[in-house]
Amino acid sequence: MTAPANPAKVRGETILAVDNVVKHFPITRGVLLQRQVGAVKAVDGVSFELRRGETLGIVGESGCGKSTLARLLMRLETPTAGRAVLEGRDLFAAKGGELRRLRRNMQMVMQDPYTSLNPRMTVGDIIGEPFEIHPDAAPKGSKQKRVRELLDVVGLNPEHINRYPHQFSGGQRQRIGIARALALRPEIIVCDEPVSALDVSIQAQVINLLEQLQDEFGLSYIFIAHDLSVVRHISDRVAVMYLGRIVEIGTENEIYERATHPYTQALLSAVPVPDPDARENRNMIRLTGDVPSPADPPSGCHFRTRCWKAQEICATQDPATVPRAADPHPSACHFAELRPVA
Amino acid sequence: MTHAAVRPTPASPTPPGGHLLEVRDLHIEFRTGEGVAKVINGVSYHLDAGETLAVLGESGSGKSVTAQAIMGILDTPPAVIRSGEIRYQGRDLLTLPEEQRRQVRGKEIAIIFQDALSALNPTFPVGWQIGETLRQREGMSRADARARVVELMDLVRIPGAAGRLGDYPHQFSGGMRQRVMIAMALAMNPKVLIADEPTTALDVTVQAQIMDLLADLRRDLDMAMILITHDLGVVAGVADRIAVMYAGRIVEHADVRSLYRAPAHPYTKGLLESIPRLDVRGQALSTIRGLPPNLMRIPSGCPFHPRCPYAQQVCVDVVPHDLVLDDGRTSACHFAQEVRDDSAR
Repeated sequence: MTAPANPAKVRGETILAVDNVVKHFPITRGVLLQRQVGAVKAVDGVSFELRRGETLGIVGESGCGKSTLARLLMRLETPTAGRAVLEGRDLFAAKGGELRRLRRNMQMVMQDPYTSLNPRMTVGDIIGEPFEIHPDAAPKGSKQKRVRELLDVVGLNPEHINRYPHQFSGGQRQRIGIARALALRPEIIVCDEPVSALDVSIQAQVINLLEQLQDEFGLSYIFIAHDLSVVRHISDRVAVMYLGRIVEIGTENEIYERATHPYTQALLSAVPVPDPDARENRNMIRLTGDVPSPADPPSGCHFRTRCWKAQEICATQDPATVPRAADPHPSACHFAELRPVA
Repeated sequence: MTHAAVRPTPASPTPPGGHLLEVRDLHIEFRTGEGVAKVINGVSYHLDAGETLAVLGESGSGKSVTAQAIMGILDTPPAVIRSGEIRYQGRDLLTLPEEQRRQVRGKEIAIIFQDALSALNPTFPVGWQIGETLRQREGMSRADARARVVELMDLVRIPGAAGRLGDYPHQFSGGMRQRVMIAMALAMNPKVLIADEPTTALDVTVQAQIMDLLADLRRDLDMAMILITHDLGVVAGVADRIAVMYAGRIVEHADVRSLYRAPAHPYTKGLLESIPRLDVRGQALSTIRGLPPNLMRIPSGCPFHPRCPYAQQVCVDVVPHDLVLDDGRTSACHFAQEVRDDSAR
């Protein structure tokens, strides 16, 4: 493969700016005359910036809206409101040729390597398909040659170009998905739970591959996962989502060592640590109950129904995700504070 | 390997009267159209009253199949139990007539599954489903069963139990459904609870709740538990002993602390080094090269040898027996002592 797509561009500058994106799925009643009776607020005002060459991890439990966010960024869903600026253009307003051009720059790796590859297409066809959709980005010479290169880059045997997905293992299939995402030389790759479906011994191989590709091509990743340990390992910055909102965002160190939001603290303390000695020294926070329905989120702070710090103000006033006195990274809690060291 | 003696059975002394549950040299294969898959190749483990044994392995390692064999819920065919014994309180379950086997299943040994949504019947209320065994097998009246069901739902900490008897599985969240499953398993006061990936489908905060609940129940009801999982983190919190499976064999069997401190099998060592840890920063992830074997073509000698950094010619030629190390644990590796010494560094 060749040098990074755009060597002139500066590492660290903002490449994608997402501003207050909202996605409400309507709940309708009635067969003929459908009327809307409510909305599932899957993503409810999310803002963040992605910088060139960095990995932004997005963590949260099921139903927090992290996958919907990924689908919105890929324009697989139409947002209810908000902007996402990529290359100076609003991705959500773009249409036709412009949208196609923007999409080329942002590709996705899906969670399930078993259902995200067409079983009737050869690996060569799967990886080469982006060139059919974007003929102007297709390699000048032989498409096959380029596909072989891509297979080699992701650590698969280029001789296997004519094989079918079922002839590969889960980890190898995920590599095929990564090769497909790399085909158009994007600058951003959205990874939606890319290793959750894989066995532990295979996970590390795929994580290492993603890191190596990032170094090689200067890629920026949005890395969505529920596994906090994996996210810490791969991310430069981390956003924590709860019920459609980012409740805390900061550098990997700020989130994992100096979290000020109670939800982040609870989430971190719930992660099982593979060390029987460390466990006993850990001061666990046990949340009670389940995540409320996004169709009917609590008023004010969404987390207040499970929060041990909740007061009057939490029900009436929505805390903004802003820097707090306790630590200068944004946290959406009225009572943001560092956790006392146990 | 001077002080490592070769013995076929794992360590830890046998209590008077024998182990509560003991699997001895179990061999199971699946006969399919494509060939014979050797899924379990000589698994032995035991469980004593009041303890928690974790069985750890990746997909295809045979950890769930062993549990299904214990429960007697293997689909035969395609599964065939070639040889071995499963002794519960001294009786071999595999040779027991089905009528007596039924008395053990559910009543003495109960199981909960990973996916509570598909394990529950969507068309019946949960109260009815939890009470089904009580009515069918204990011959309880509806009213008695109902009272006991409320008790069980309280026990697994389902809030407002009495008011939720008539709710259907889809009206419960994932964590609550898993609690319903646990309540069902506890209905007959089993002595052994097998939990097959009980929290894999759940979020971390809910996972923590369920693992706490299982640990409390195990203690309060004085059960023994077999926890089947692929998650090294989950195991560390609750298990007393741990058996690591690979390609249908137990490759290492040790108490939890020594295993995590210094694994004595290259596979365990590789696993522990390949998981990113929340409490360790800037760690380089080492990987286990290659893929788990195809069970229809298990490599000669030690099945792990194609992926093993310690592999020598002897590993290709000779199947390693369980080596008992000086601290009482076993490792099925020709170089067990060396691996452990490396890990301890």
